[in-house]
Order: sequence, then structure tokens, then C-alpha cells
Amino acid sequence: MSSATPVDLDEADLLRRLRAGDESAFEQVVRTYGGRLLAVTRRILGSEEDARDVVQDAFLNAFRSLDRFEGHAKLSTWLHRIAVNAALMKLRTRKRKPEQSIESLLPAFLDDGHHEERFQSWDEPVDKVMERAETRELVRKHIDQLPDGYRTVLVLRDIEGLDTEETATMLGLSVNATKIRLHRARQALRTLLAPHFRSLAS
Amino acid sequence: MKCRELADFLMDYVSGELSDDSLAHFELHLQRCRNCHEYLLQYESTIKAGRIACGEASDELPDDIPDDLVKAVMAARKLT
Repeated sequence: MSSATPVDLDEADLLRRLRAGDESAFEQVVRTYGGRLLAVTRRILGSEEDARDVVQDAFLNAFRSLDRFEGHAKLSTWLHRIAVNAALMKLRTRKRKPEQSIESLLPAFLDDGHHEERFQSWDEPVDKVMERAETRELVRKHIDQLPDGYRTVLVLRDIEGLDTEETATMLGLSVNATKIRLHRARQALRTLLAPHFRSLAS
Repeated sequence: MKCRELADFLMDYVSGELSDDSLAHFELHLQRCRNCHEYLLQYESTIKAGRIACGEASDELPDDIPDDLVKAVMAARKLT
């Protein structure tokens, strides 16, 4: 998420109309950026319903604070940040679902330091496997299953492309804790995907 | 280096952040241990799979916001 990109002409025009209170401009913003915001909040929250609530609140919040948008960042980046923050806030306040422990999804080792498991290869290249819509859906389902604290780090780092420092700041974690969580989240997701990727390859 | 340590270093290896000394030990272990080599491949594939599944090119089209949600936002805006 680069925030240093110059504002393009269309966005400047849109912004002018928003500040003038042009109703069609607000709708244009919602239609243009809403899908992307819905996708990221859905990933963070693992829930369609919560994502919709958060996107709605994020837009209302953004529209109210338009005068604080200074135009250094792109409008899309600014909205994205508001929505991600709103999703993280929602995550903190909502009733926690019982979660599968991450420990059972991490690799286990023998006393001599070797892996307990012998890993069967994933024969098909990942690009090929991911061409199938049902596999993409399956991967998203397993990301949703990761415990909240791990899923959020994985989404912000690996999917949203934030760097470790930005992710740590947004989550109120240390850089080191963020790195550990990301590593564990990836390992856990690998464990969840392994049975499917092996069987799909056969 | 044991498999356990290699697993700890995987993330730094993937992001190119291993020190030269650790990198030499890491790669030496990798050459001799097929199981860790396979684990590394799967770890990298997992990162890629997540990106593809949730990325812009996935089925979740970036522009795809349900019409009723657009209407709900616009209606709520008028109330505030």
C-alpha cells in the first residue's frame, strides 16, 4: 500500500465534488471503492455480515472527515486505511468465537530436532492448482479459520502487502511479535492446505 | 542446523533477511534434507496460494459491491 502516489485527475475531480456535497459523487465513491473494502474487511473479520457493517461505518466516517483528507495519499488508500482500522476495531470488540489452537497446526519435532512428519510433495505447481475456483474458495475458507490474531497478520502482510512495521503499528504489536505471528499463520495455513493440495494433485 | 531451527529461519530466508552465516548453514541443511526442502516449497506455495485466493484477480472482484449495501450507505449518510 503505497501512500506516496500522486493523486490522479479523476480523483481530484471526485474530491472536489464530494466537498461540494454532490450526492452522485458519494455514490460513485461507494461503488468504485466499496468492493475492494468489502473484500479486505471480509478477510480480516472472516464474516460477511460484520464486513458489511464495517464498510458502511467506514464510508460514513470517511465522508464526515473529508476535510481532514489532505490529498497527500490517494483517496483509495485513505479509505482502505479507515476500513482496515474499523475492521480491526470491530475484531477487538466482538464476542470471540471459540478458536482452534494454532499450536496443533504448527510442525512438530522429534527430540533429535527432526520433523515428526514426512511431507508428501504437492505435485502440481501452486499457480496451476489455484486456477480452479473451488481451490481459491477453499484457501479463503481456511484463511478464515485461522485464529483472529494470526489471520489479521497474514491478511495485512501477505495479502494487503503492508510491511512488518506498518502491520505491527496497526495491530498494536511489537515488530518481533508480528513476525512470529506471521510465520505461525503461514505454517498453520500450510497444514490446513496440505491434505487438499496432496489429494488435488493426484 | 537441525530441521527445527531451519523451520524457525524459514521466514527470514524467504524474505532474504538471513545473515550470511545463517544462510550458509540453512542452505547446507537444505541440500541434505529432502523433508525440509519439501517443507520450504510448501511454505512458499502457501504464501502464494493466499495471495492468489484473495488477490485482485480472484473471484472477489474489487468492484463488486452489492447494490443493497450501496443503498444502505447512501441512506445512512442522509441520516447523519
